[in-house]
Amino acid sequence: MQTAEAPSKIMPRPMFKTQYENYIGGKWVPPIGGEYFDNQSPVDGSLIAKMPRSKAADVDLAVAAAQKAFETWSKTSATERSKVLLQIADVIEQNLEFLARVETVENGKALRETMAADLPLCVDHFRYFAGVIRAEEGSATELNADTLSLIIKEPIGIVGQIIPWNFPLLMATWKLAPALAAGCCVVIKPAEQTPTSLAVLFELLEGIVPAGVVNIIQGFGPEAGKPLAQHKGINKVAFTGETTTGRLIMQYASENLNPVTMELGGKSPNIFMKSVGDADDEFFDKCVEGAVMFALNQGEICTCPSRLLVHEDIYDKFIERVIARTKAIKLGHPLDPETMMGAQASNDQYEKILSYIDIGKQEGAEVLTGGGPADSVEGGYYIQPTIFKGHNKMRIFQEEIFGPVLSVTTFKDADEAVAIANDTLYGLGAGFWSRDAHELYTIPRQIQAGRVWVNCYHDYPAHAPFGGYKKSGFGRENHLMMLNHYRQVKNLLISYSKNKLGFF
Amino acid sequence: MTTQTTFRVDVTPAASDVIAKLKAENGPLMFHQSGGCCDGSSPMCYEDGEFIIGSSDVLLGQIEGCNFWMSSDQFEYWQHTHLTIDVTPGRGASFSLEIPMGVRFMIRSRLFEPDEAEHLAPVHVGPLD
Repeated sequence: MQTAEAPSKIMPRPMFKTQYENYIGGKWVPPIGGEYFDNQSPVDGSLIAKMPRSKAADVDLAVAAAQKAFETWSKTSATERSKVLLQIADVIEQNLEFLARVETVENGKALRETMAADLPLCVDHFRYFAGVIRAEEGSATELNADTLSLIIKEPIGIVGQIIPWNFPLLMATWKLAPALAAGCCVVIKPAEQTPTSLAVLFELLEGIVPAGVVNIIQGFGPEAGKPLAQHKGINKVAFTGETTTGRLIMQYASENLNPVTMELGGKSPNIFMKSVGDADDEFFDKCVEGAVMFALNQGEICTCPSRLLVHEDIYDKFIERVIARTKAIKLGHPLDPETMMGAQASNDQYEKILSYIDIGKQEGAEVLTGGGPADSVEGGYYIQPTIFKGHNKMRIFQEEIFGPVLSVTTFKDADEAVAIANDTLYGLGAGFWSRDAHELYTIPRQIQAGRVWVNCYHDYPAHAPFGGYKKSGFGRENHLMMLNHYRQVKNLLISYSKNKLGFF
Repeated sequence: MTTQTTFRVDVTPAASDVIAKLKAENGPLMFHQSGGCCDGSSPMCYEDGEFIIGSSDVLLGQIEGCNFWMSSDQFEYWQHTHLTIDVTPGRGASFSLEIPMGVRFMIRSRLFEPDEAEHLAPVHVGPLD
């Protein structure tokens, strides 16, 4: 039987509660001040839920709960912590489609990305850290016949984590998984644009994570984030965000002599060498996709390959295909599984991206495609994937637009490619594409960035360290080395000698 | 042709209103232009003195009596553009003071005209005495 209208392919919006609370000491606790703020969906501007508007007093409660839990959690065996992390992964996996829809409604990103990337990566990162702590060992060194040095890793204590809005669950996972694996207790503040996803996840996790081990404080940066970063009961702060806030958090951390880890963004170059154009084959097609990766997550990724550097001899042939592939990006309702690019996360981001498109045009960059807003869903914040041709001194080549905006320029040889690639304040990610086996190693080594993808881009597997050079911050996530950012080293120096030293 | 000094930063009436409200609540204010991801490329508004100005920061001028700063390496790429601090509805992240009001300061930029570029106000680098 046929109906007059084709059935909607848009997946159902998940049911949200009308109001969520802070999660403190294993309980859902209203903010002391009793105030809430509206969390609206960037998909269509609709209300998702009311979220707590927490203040310093709420942060105090959360830190106290974390400190209490630390007394026992810090002493748990790696076996026990590993089991908890595996259970978290299982719950995410069992609810993957539901959580993907939650994140899509909250952040605006396309469901095909939350289904294929965000949530599966969350599962894998929890399992990775569950695994590495079972295989890890401390060390023992016999310094001489009577002296033994034992190196034992101890959790650093209470960790304050401030999470961005571009991957609400994955960015929380990148910070939670190693902290919990290390034996730390956490007070985590999600971004105020995307506060609900983590609350929904922790509703599903009730009974799995012991009370007080993870505490979620919702609210605004100046009211809740700042007292968390400044709190005397915190032993370490982990932050992903922008440079000025990063400096401010380091300033606060210096008051308590606390260590910090910072991931502060980038302006990542994506370099396509002449040999890319040697054949029109599978690899050439992969390269075209690699260039169009700027549109992944609507460009709202710290490593967005937003500077495209193409060898001048292949530019015409290559850019023609990149433009065609960009024009084929299907904009639409983010909950439609066929939509390839969804909404920007908030109105202020939308306005900022448009202001950058404006300054790009003013500076004389040529619009190759896109160049303005899109009207995918009424009330939402949609922008056309946009490609500019210009030069590396333009502001659109130097500032992180955090939107689907690509700035293209050409180079004549490898030296110029490296010079352009490194002419940036940042050094988080870079892409390098070539068929030449020699330059596949030598040129990426010259690029000042913590992650260089070679003949690939936007892959974030666990067990590959990720972090920045230059103004992109410091610390390496997604790898067992992150555990050491959440730990102290305890050295037991043991003497087996029965004899005195003879000084006194 | 103008011989007047060209100022580097300006403010829209809507942003002036927000600054006035924030001053009434928090006292004197300062701005520091951020780079980087998420809320990067947005101006941050703090209580005056909250953010420690370093030897690498450039003072571009004042808006509504508030100093407007930027790191000097970022200024290298921004110095040929005039900045207008505007405000837009939106839920920004960061520690900027206007966030709880449901609005976000943002930058609108334009290139300096050639005659303006010849008469740019000098900038101060490093903390004020």
